[in-house]
Amino acid sequence: MNVLMKKPTTGEETGKHALAGNQRLYALVAMILIYALFAVFGRNFFSFETAVNILDASYYIGFLAIGVTFVIITGGIDLSIGTVAMCSAMIGGVAWEKWGLPFIAGLVIILVSGALFGLLNGFLVSRLKLPPFIATLGTMMISLGISSIVSKVQTVNFPSRTSEEGWFKSVFSKVQLPSGAMLPTGAILLLAVLLIAFVVLNKTKVGRYTFAIGSNEEAVRLSGVNVVFWKTIPYIISGLCAGMAGIAYASTYTTVVPGAGQGFELDAIAGVVIGGTSLSGGVGSVFGTLIGVMIMSILRIGLPSMDLQPHYQKLFTGIVVIIAVLMDISQQKKR
Amino acid sequence: MPEQILNMTGVSKSFPGVKALKDVHFDLFAGEVHALMGENGAGKSTLMKVLTGIYQRDEGEITCFGEPVHFKNTREAQDKGICIIHQELNMMNHLTVAQNMFIGREKSKGLFLDDRAINDDAVKILAKLGIAINPKEIMGHLTVGKQQMVEIAKAISLNSRLLVLDEPTAALTDVEIEHLFKVMRDLKEQGVGMIYISHRMDEIARITDRVTVLRDGEYVGTLVTKESTHDQIVRMMVGRTIFEEPKQKSTCPPDAPVILEVENLNAGRMVQDVSFQLKKGEILCFAGLMGAGRTEVARALFGADPKTSGTIRVKGQTVQINGPQDAVNAGIGYLSEDRKRYGVALGLSVADNSVLSNLDAYSGRLFIRQREINQVASRYVDKLNTRTPSIRQLVRNLSGGNQQKVVIAKWLIRDSDILIFDEPTRGIDVGAKSEIYKLIHELVDEGKSIIVISSELPEVLRLADRVLVMCEGRITGEVEAGASQETIMSFAHQRQEQPAV
Repeated sequence: MNVLMKKPTTGEETGKHALAGNQRLYALVAMILIYALFAVFGRNFFSFETAVNILDASYYIGFLAIGVTFVIITGGIDLSIGTVAMCSAMIGGVAWEKWGLPFIAGLVIILVSGALFGLLNGFLVSRLKLPPFIATLGTMMISLGISSIVSKVQTVNFPSRTSEEGWFKSVFSKVQLPSGAMLPTGAILLLAVLLIAFVVLNKTKVGRYTFAIGSNEEAVRLSGVNVVFWKTIPYIISGLCAGMAGIAYASTYTTVVPGAGQGFELDAIAGVVIGGTSLSGGVGSVFGTLIGVMIMSILRIGLPSMDLQPHYQKLFTGIVVIIAVLMDISQQKKR
Repeated sequence: MPEQILNMTGVSKSFPGVKALKDVHFDLFAGEVHALMGENGAGKSTLMKVLTGIYQRDEGEITCFGEPVHFKNTREAQDKGICIIHQELNMMNHLTVAQNMFIGREKSKGLFLDDRAINDDAVKILAKLGIAINPKEIMGHLTVGKQQMVEIAKAISLNSRLLVLDEPTAALTDVEIEHLFKVMRDLKEQGVGMIYISHRMDEIARITDRVTVLRDGEYVGTLVTKESTHDQIVRMMVGRTIFEEPKQKSTCPPDAPVILEVENLNAGRMVQDVSFQLKKGEILCFAGLMGAGRTEVARALFGADPKTSGTIRVKGQTVQINGPQDAVNAGIGYLSEDRKRYGVALGLSVADNSVLSNLDAYSGRLFIRQREINQVASRYVDKLNTRTPSIRQLVRNLSGGNQQKVVIAKWLIRDSDILIFDEPTRGIDVGAKSEIYKLIHELVDEGKSIIVISSELPEVLRLADRVLVMCEGRITGEVEAGASQETIMSFAHQRQEQPAV
């Protein structure tokens, strides 16, 4: 069996987040079933290369999805994650390639850019009380513009494996082991970030207030908590993760094109919803998010292996998302 | 001599278009339970919001525990030891009991939250108040009564010396009310001062030391509870006396035809084999404890909830009711318990809400006939004495009693023959209550037939020609007007004997 197919555990969550727990279980089962389906019926699906492809496809979307999970749990949404990821990658890339800064500085700049865009979103939503949909839509367009401006509408190339900073790909994407196999270091990084996100969400004040605000923001405010501050944090986290997604994308595909990123956010949000996080807030899980993202990747890789055209993937993703939301609604009604 | 822990003098507060508080006085001693009464819109909530820092006062002085204060937010008030238990509970339903109690004061072990510590502390606090609730239970899974207990425990754990309780018993069972009063007496002995906002006269008489009355934003007076009478207080609140005598005899003629028959209605655990009849021109009351299943019967009858079985006959004809549409077409109207959620569209005007059940009659193929809507809405605002600046006023800006009148207007405009009122005067002050009772009698005089669901026995006795008592989903008793509270209460407690295990 495929050793690298890490299946996240769902046993830890107590009745505390039972609603998300149930749906996560369904999502996990669905993922296994869909994988099994393709493994049996698909051409060359059940192989190491395919598994690596699936992880590759989940990779940068995974970072986006983990970050936006926080925002969605507060009952908000972040449409800017895709373009912010690419814009941040662009800024960092330009800083290194065109302005001559050391590469590490470029990477740091990517993360800081993401976080700053997140801060902007947080400010617009928490302080100025804009509806998250509108605020992040605005940021999405702003980041598209900045991406083109900073790069002077030219593509940016990140270090290839053979260049001086070739460790970039080894650390953030894949590294060739002495045995000849490729170790997906990027996936390991994603899992590390996932674990950190899990701990933050469930064991720290940040996470506690994220759930609380999503459950009843007014109650939290009347309890004397500085809601404007704590509601901004999830957006900063989302932006930071978008920065990570930018690094992930750059390490996988090397070239970053100005004005890219639109559409990534929908894949990420679809993954979050499939994984059991409710768009109405108060309930959610990052493990579920990862399962949701992987289900979509499996579909994206698996459908061509059954000789179905790639555009069928969008159709099936849409159907899966609707099923996931219907399940969410019926769970809510049951209470 | 107990110390004066609160002194508010000359407090005024205005909002655009309305002077909510005019030169109001209020004071409180340690260990005192001081009732704050007044009609809806009299200024009670506003006064408390000024006290707890949600609003800033325009004029006046407030002294707290001996020092002059001017709170800019709830945190400052909380730090000074003042806490308010809101009428509409403020909690995060997805979090646990302990997490709710300690929001903003989480305990940490290094970088991480220590939930075990807050669970232990929560258990201790709840035990001290005699409340048996598991701190790991999710808030949203508790009954409203238990949620309120948690909110009170939370306030106590904040070392509050001054508690404001806003309509605390509205959603509690009798047992829970007794529990609450016991907790309040303990708090009195500990020197905690409590401001008690309620419309329930019998409770005020039992638990409070003094009563202060506001009317239209102005201070009317303060009485010592033991030395005052019900009539005195009511007169201060509305400026006139109101009689609330129980009905001695049914006013429905004995030969009146049966207008509604329900047979073998079943809908889950809360509605078990319910059968009854309603006569034309009758006021039939459903009494019982909260959770007895009365609302569920009404909703099943009205088609708001699915039923597993049951025959419904209106004016002798069997009707198929699969949804509210069918019920409304059959001439049944339902005023739900929770009018804000189910009765009105808060963002729409009085006029638009009034015709909500009957829009077809006021629109052509393409367009709505707004002028006719405005006319009929105005007519009913006059008829029901609804207090609103205009029919274009958004319903969310009206007081509870007036919102209720808009809902009643809606069903009258629809010309429903059978009206089901579910807790029609909940959260409504004495003056408006009396108007609604009068209205209900006018409606039966005009030939309508009315079912009233109520948890307030005095209200049931005042209105009913006949009373059906329910307990745990079954009808346990039927009495005529003139029955005693004790008889009704005993039926309300008549539970199904469980077979010995």
